[in-house]
Amino acid sequence: MTLHLAVALDGAGWHPAAWRAEGARPDRLFTLAYWADLAAEAERGLLDFVTFEDALGLQSTRLNEPDERLDQVRGRLDAVLIASAVAPLTSRIGLVPTTGTTHTEPFHVAIGIASLDHISGGRAGWRPQVSGRPDHAAHFGRRVLPPLDFSDRADPAFTRHVADLLGEAADAVEVVRRLWDSWEDDAEIRDVATGRFVDRDKLHYIDFRGAWFSVKGPSITPRPPQGQPLVTSLAHDRQPYEFAARASDVVYVTPRDREDASAIVEQVRAAEAATGRAGPPLKIFADLVVFLETGGAADRKARLDDLDGGEFASDAHIFTGTPEALARLLLSWREAGLDGFRLRPGELPRDLVAITRGLVPELRAAGAFRTAYDTGDLRGRLGLPRPANRYATAS
Amino acid sequence: MTKQIHLAAHFPGVNNTTVWSDPASGSQIDFESFRHLARTAERGKFDFFFLAEGLRLREAKGRIHDLDVVGRPESLTVLAALAAVTTHLGLAATVNSTFNEPYEVARRLASLDHLSGGRAAWNVVTSFDAFTGENFRRGGFLDESDRYSRAKEFLETARELWDSWAPDAVAADPEAGRFLRPGGVTAFRHQGRHFDISGLFNVPRGPQGHPVIIQAGDSDEGREFAASSADVIFSRHSRLEEGRAFYRDVKRRLAAYGRRPEDLKILPAVTYVLGDTDAEAAERAAEIRRAQVGPQTAIYFLEAVWGRDLSAYDPDGPLPDIEPDLEEGVTRGHAAFRRDRGEVVAKWRALAEEKNLSIRELAIEVSSPQTFIGTPRAVADEIDHFVQTDAADGFIFVPHLTPGGLDDLVDKVVPLLQEKGVFRTEYTGPTLRDHLGLAPRDPASGDSAPRDLGTRDSALRDLPLRDPAAPVPAPRTKENR
Repeated sequence: MTLHLAVALDGAGWHPAAWRAEGARPDRLFTLAYWADLAAEAERGLLDFVTFEDALGLQSTRLNEPDERLDQVRGRLDAVLIASAVAPLTSRIGLVPTTGTTHTEPFHVAIGIASLDHISGGRAGWRPQVSGRPDHAAHFGRRVLPPLDFSDRADPAFTRHVADLLGEAADAVEVVRRLWDSWEDDAEIRDVATGRFVDRDKLHYIDFRGAWFSVKGPSITPRPPQGQPLVTSLAHDRQPYEFAARASDVVYVTPRDREDASAIVEQVRAAEAATGRAGPPLKIFADLVVFLETGGAADRKARLDDLDGGEFASDAHIFTGTPEALARLLLSWREAGLDGFRLRPGELPRDLVAITRGLVPELRAAGAFRTAYDTGDLRGRLGLPRPANRYATAS
Repeated sequence: MTKQIHLAAHFPGVNNTTVWSDPASGSQIDFESFRHLARTAERGKFDFFFLAEGLRLREAKGRIHDLDVVGRPESLTVLAALAAVTTHLGLAATVNSTFNEPYEVARRLASLDHLSGGRAAWNVVTSFDAFTGENFRRGGFLDESDRYSRAKEFLETARELWDSWAPDAVAADPEAGRFLRPGGVTAFRHQGRHFDISGLFNVPRGPQGHPVIIQAGDSDEGREFAASSADVIFSRHSRLEEGRAFYRDVKRRLAAYGRRPEDLKILPAVTYVLGDTDAEAAERAAEIRRAQVGPQTAIYFLEAVWGRDLSAYDPDGPLPDIEPDLEEGVTRGHAAFRRDRGEVVAKWRALAEEKNLSIRELAIEVSSPQTFIGTPRAVADEIDHFVQTDAADGFIFVPHLTPGGLDDLVDKVVPLLQEKGVFRTEYTGPTLRDHLGLAPRDPASGDSAPRDLGTRDSALRDLPLRDPAAPVPAPRTKENR
C-alpha cells in the first residue's frame, strides 16, 4: 500500500539560514515562478500534496513579539493566493494553504478554499491555524491577547486560553464546512420555462450561532468539486489532537522517534474516542524536517547552523542523512500506525529535489509509493469518500 | 491631441444583464470561463479584467432571488489563478472594506501584485447593511453615514501598510548575510476613528508600489473620495451628455488634491451589440433585452418598485392596478430603490398607457438598453467619439454572455480602434499602472500621507435609478461594485 507523502513549503526552506545556501533563490521568494517551480517539482515526484505556511505577521524567533533580525527570511505572500496561482500550472498535486482562525472571517476562508477547489479541479485542502500571538492581534486592533507562555502547560490559565483559541477555531471550521455544504451539488438548474437559475430549495442557511460569532449563509460560492476540501491541522498535544479529531481529515504530528510515534498515534485515537468522532478516522501524518544527501547532509546543516549563529531547533524531528536512510526510517515509523508523512525541506529547492528524485525512487523500490497518479481528487487520493451533503434530504 | 482609449472587461455578473438561458452560455463558476474571458481581453490588449463582489446571496420576498445568475467564486483567488495564465492584463478585484480588516486586505492585494508582476487593482467598496453583515463576525455594525469615512480610513491605512516596506527593503544578499536592509521595514501605527492598529506588515512592497485603486461611488462624497484617492472611476454614466457632465465634474475636483486630470481615469460600464448592419444589430439587441427581462424578471422588477407580491399578475398583461406599498421593500442584498417609489409608479403608468405597454414591455422600455448598438465600424466610431469629446477615458465592457461575450468586440471592434490610432496594438509596459499611464506609487512622494479630505458628511445616494421618464439602468440589480 502506498505511503502518503506531502511536502511543507515555506520561504527558502525550514532552516532559518536556508536562503543563504548555494542554489537558494532568495531574490525570487516573492514571485509566482518560484512557487510554481517548487509545486511542479513536487508533482513530478507524484507527491500527494504540498502545504503553504502563512501567518498574519512577520516571522520572528520570539514567541510573543517581533525580533530585530535582518539575517533571516522575513515576509510572506498570502498562502491561498499562492496556491491558487500555482493551480493552473499544475494538474494533479494537492494544494493546501494555511489560513488563520483567530482573526480571519470564516466566510472569506470558506469561499477562498471553495474557489481554489473549483480552480484546481478538486485539489484543494486547507490548514486552519490559531494565532495566539499578542503582536498579531495588534495588527487587527479588535481584541487583546495575553502573551503565550509554554513553560507551564499545566497552568489552568494557559489551558483555558488554548481551549478558547481552539474552541473558536473549531467553530470556524464548522462554519466553513457548513458553508461548503450550503449549496447542494445540483442546485443550479437553469430552468428556462420557470426562469429559475437555481432551485432555491437546494440552497441552505447555515444559521450558525456560537460563542464567538454567528454566520447566516448560504455561501456565495457553489459547493466545491470535492464537496468538502481536505482539512488538515498540526497538533502536538491533547487539546489540539481533540481539535483535529473534531475538525480535520488529516492531522500532522511530530514524533521524536518510532516509539514516540506509537504513543502519539494512541493519543490521537484516544482523542477521536473522547470527541465522539464520526466518519473516517483521522489520517495521521508525521512531520519531519529533512536534509537529504548522500554523505554530508549533517555537515550541510551544521554549516547553516553556523551561518545562523545557533543550532536549528524544531518542533519536528530533524533528519539528516541519505534518501535511503530516510526511506528506511519512514517505513519503520509507518509501522506505528502512521498513514503518511509531511516532509519539511531544510533547504529549497535542494531538499525537495532530494525527496522527489532520491527518496521517492527508494520508497518505490520498496513497493511503498505510487508509480503514477490515479484519477480522482485529493480526498480520493487519501482514500476519503466524497461526503454526502449534510443539508440534502434523502430522496 | 488624440486621447488614447482604455478598455476593461467585466466578468458577467450576478444580475440580469447576464443571459444564462442562451445555449451559448457557459459555466459561471468553472475556471475555464474566467480563463477564456481574461485571455480574450488580453488578446484585445485590454487594460484590465474586473470582478464584482457580493457577500450575501440576494433575496426577494424573503427568499433567495433565483431568476438571475446566483453564485460566484472569491475574487482574489480567481485573479491569482488568472495571473498564471495571462501576462499583461490588469486584474481588478472588488473587495469590501466593511467586512474586512486593512492588514488582511493590504497583504492579499500586495500578494496579488507580486504574483502577477504588478497587475493588481482594488475596487474599494463599502456596505453598511445588516443583511450582508449576518455572514460576518461583527455583523452590520456600520452606519450608512460612516460608509465613506470607513472606506477612506481603510484605504489610508492600507497605504500606510504598503509604504511601511521601502521598495528596496529586501536585500536577499547571502554574502552579507542580510535578507532585509536595515531600516527597510518600519513599524506602522495607525490610530483613527475606525482602526487602531500597530505592528509590522509582512508583505514586501509590490511591483506597483500600491495596486491601482478603483472607486465606483457616484454621490458627491463618492466623487470627492475618488478625486482624492482613486486611479480609476467605475462610472455608471454611460450616455454621452451625462457622461460629459460627470467627467467635467470629477476632473475639476482633482486640482484641490494636487492631481492632474490624467491622474484619474473615468471608465463607464457599458454593454454592446454588434451586427453586420444597423438593423441586424438592433434586432439582436431587442432579442437580448427580451432574454434579460423574461416574464418572471419583469414581475420581479415591478415588485421592487411596488413593494408588493405581484406574482398573480400576467407579465403580458397591463400594469397592476393596486397601489404600491411604500413602507415595505421586498428586495434585499443589492442597492435598493431609494427614490420615491410612488412617483416612479405614476410615471410608469403614464408611460404604459401612452405606449400601450404590457408589464414586460414596460420593464424592457424603462430599463437600460445596450450602450453601443451597431456595426463594428459604427461602434468603434461611437467609442472614439465618447472618449475624444470627454464623456469618458474608456470603458468597462460588461458582456451578456459567459464566456464568449467579448469575442466579437475583440475580433471586430478593437482592430478598428487600433487602425484609428486610439488604442494600443501592443502593451508598452508590464504593469497595470503602465497601461493606464499612471505613475508608480513612490513612497518618497509623500502622496499617501493621510489628508483631511474636508468632505461633507452627507448621506450617500448611489441610486440605481435614473429619471424613469428616461431609460433607466434596470433591474440590472447593481452588485456591490
